[in-house]
Amino acid sequence: MTAVPSADSTAADSTAADPLLRVEGLQVHFPIKRGVIVDRTVGHVRAVDGVDLSIARGSTYGLVGESGCGKSTLGRAVLRLVEPTAGRVVFDGTDVASLQGEPLRTMRRRMQMVFQDPLGSLDPRQNVESLLSEPLRAHGLGGGKRGIAERIRTLLDAVGLPSAALRRYPHEFSGGQRQRIGIARAIALEPDLLIADEPVSALDVSVQAQVVNLLEELQERLGLTYLVIAHDLAVVRHISDVVGVMYLGSLVEQAPSDVLYSEPLHPYSRALMSAVPVPDPVVEESRERILLAGDLPSPANPPSGCRFHTRCPWRQETRCDDEVPVLRELGTGHLVSCHWAEEIRDGVLRPRSAEEVAATQGVSVRPTGAADPESDALVQGVDEPIEWR
Amino acid sequence: MTIESLPAGEAGTVGASVLDVEELTVTFTRRGEQPTRAVDGVSFSVGPGETVGLVGESGCGKSVTSLAVMGLLPSRGVQVGGSVRLDGRELLGAGDRALRRLRGADMAMVFQDPLSSLNPTVPIGTQVTEVLLEHRDMSRKEAGDEATRLLDRVGIPDPSRRLKEYPHQLSGGMRQRALIAMALACAPRLLIADEPTTALDVTIQAQILELLRELVVDSGTALVMITHDLGVVAGLCDRVHVMYSGRIIESADRHELFAQPRHPYTGGLLASVPRLDAARGAPLHPIRGSARDAIPWAEGCAFAPRCDNAQDDCLTEVAGSTVPLEYDGPGRELRCRHPLQHPRSPAGATASGAAR
Repeated sequence: MTAVPSADSTAADSTAADPLLRVEGLQVHFPIKRGVIVDRTVGHVRAVDGVDLSIARGSTYGLVGESGCGKSTLGRAVLRLVEPTAGRVVFDGTDVASLQGEPLRTMRRRMQMVFQDPLGSLDPRQNVESLLSEPLRAHGLGGGKRGIAERIRTLLDAVGLPSAALRRYPHEFSGGQRQRIGIARAIALEPDLLIADEPVSALDVSVQAQVVNLLEELQERLGLTYLVIAHDLAVVRHISDVVGVMYLGSLVEQAPSDVLYSEPLHPYSRALMSAVPVPDPVVEESRERILLAGDLPSPANPPSGCRFHTRCPWRQETRCDDEVPVLRELGTGHLVSCHWAEEIRDGVLRPRSAEEVAATQGVSVRPTGAADPESDALVQGVDEPIEWR
Repeated sequence: MTIESLPAGEAGTVGASVLDVEELTVTFTRRGEQPTRAVDGVSFSVGPGETVGLVGESGCGKSVTSLAVMGLLPSRGVQVGGSVRLDGRELLGAGDRALRRLRGADMAMVFQDPLSSLNPTVPIGTQVTEVLLEHRDMSRKEAGDEATRLLDRVGIPDPSRRLKEYPHQLSGGMRQRALIAMALACAPRLLIADEPTTALDVTIQAQILELLRELVVDSGTALVMITHDLGVVAGLCDRVHVMYSGRIIESADRHELFAQPRHPYTGGLLASVPRLDAARGAPLHPIRGSARDAIPWAEGCAFAPRCDNAQDDCLTEVAGSTVPLEYDGPGRELRCRHPLQHPRSPAGATASGAAR
């Protein structure tokens, strides 16, 4: 996929024609209520706070971030499973955020979701046949009993389950098979957009690859468009064409998958990439590692200015604390929201160690009482804890 | 089985091993049902300052192994066999009182889910000082000071305030740090970490792994790392044991294991995870089926139904005996009759040739 879906890149717009899904300034705020008799709203959790993105037809958009960054809420808001506070979700020319009642219900036929927990999202009292025919009957598709039976059989084939599975119940399947049922249910209505929220994270390693391959195969065969939400960066990179990185409710970087992973520009993306362990001891020992100080700040009271400045190793005295960075385009389709992205890329600015960040921001990252690890022969060959290039 | 001879050779370089597990078996029995053998003849040892990884998918017996070592399995319906020695002292069959004295003092454990392993109704400080009062004969005041020092050591900011807080007030990473602080309170000789980072985000995972790495180096604690994440193993463990269906199927030093996986299961695991540093678009090669498809070891190799290399003699009826864990080159052991072949592996080739 060479087309780069990006709202403000004219070059990409001409190639990508009109994107299947465009999200503009989407906000989802959850009120924090206090009080027993009278509900008072004492504040808002800004789960999603102004996200713009667009997904081209037939491509896969990967959304990554740590837990609590709002990526799942974003996915659910696109489907109107949670009500957006503000913003537009334009799906194939229609604003989903303003739809009500029947038009919304019919629109949902074209956008489906695969959930993280396959056992929790399938009714334990329905067998597979009933699970798969339910969406068809709800939307009056499939053409009668015989037609539905026919459709279900092709669905099972498509996701690689035996037809003997029809009479069985969700608990009789393994995790991977359950996820296949969830996928079959999602593609039953021949949707255009499939939102997969952590589709493989509940599965064993050896089974994850089966499901990832299945998703890719279905995309090729059915021309599906995916929005994949996951915290596993390696999986997202594997299946996505474009990847967006979220931090505290907003997008901090978006780029074509290869570009993002080879040259992450935002300090948070860099730290995220460097934190992923690689199953290869040789790489592990030479890998540059950026340790972040402290934890994710509360989304109810996000830091001023750049939201990442409390943990950022590249934080500068000016701008970072008080000026909110906007997504800027550096290179084709590569959007970054960092005031100092160019300087960091060119190596003009040097990162500070996590301890220094911790000292200025009042958070800590590593044991202060531990002795110098280099003094022990056992670590020879093991990389230093915080090593900057 | 040659496992006894192997760690002895290794232990010679770092002194006597801290933990010796020999032929550990755990069987769960339930009335009216076939007994389930969750762990079957597992042997390994850990030296001081050494990190040993137990790797496998859910249901392979890695957590049961760790619970058996700690003596935390319930006595009802569970039979534990074999031998577990901590500094030469036999733990299996030791009385509850003796085990209580050891747990927390000489051996400690970090669990996967920090929220459910901390008491939600008791402040962090009380939970940390409890260990110190129990095992180190400290006064309350001394224990409080020591707890502050411990939390500071594991990187919890503002420790004296945090000691008064309850578990739900801490973030996931901080809870895990608090658990590690409790585990380290008495400078244990052995630390078992059961999926310590699985519930955490990658950036927090990196912090916790760094912390564990420094602690091992700093205090010479023997660390048993139980995980399903091959990336974690590659960065942390000196020696890796891959488990499948209750048995160790391959043991090797991490460099050799990742460079030349010999068991088809190990190779399959490595081929099925996408890597951040590999070229994109390379297809993944999953292992067929799921861990449920395992057959009992008594009927041959448990992995045979999912194995691409499987041949007729992988089943007992043909070969006449179960597949043994055998010597496979220096420092390696393998339980497979048809291992993966690598271009340059002279020792492995002869070993597998002899096995055929």
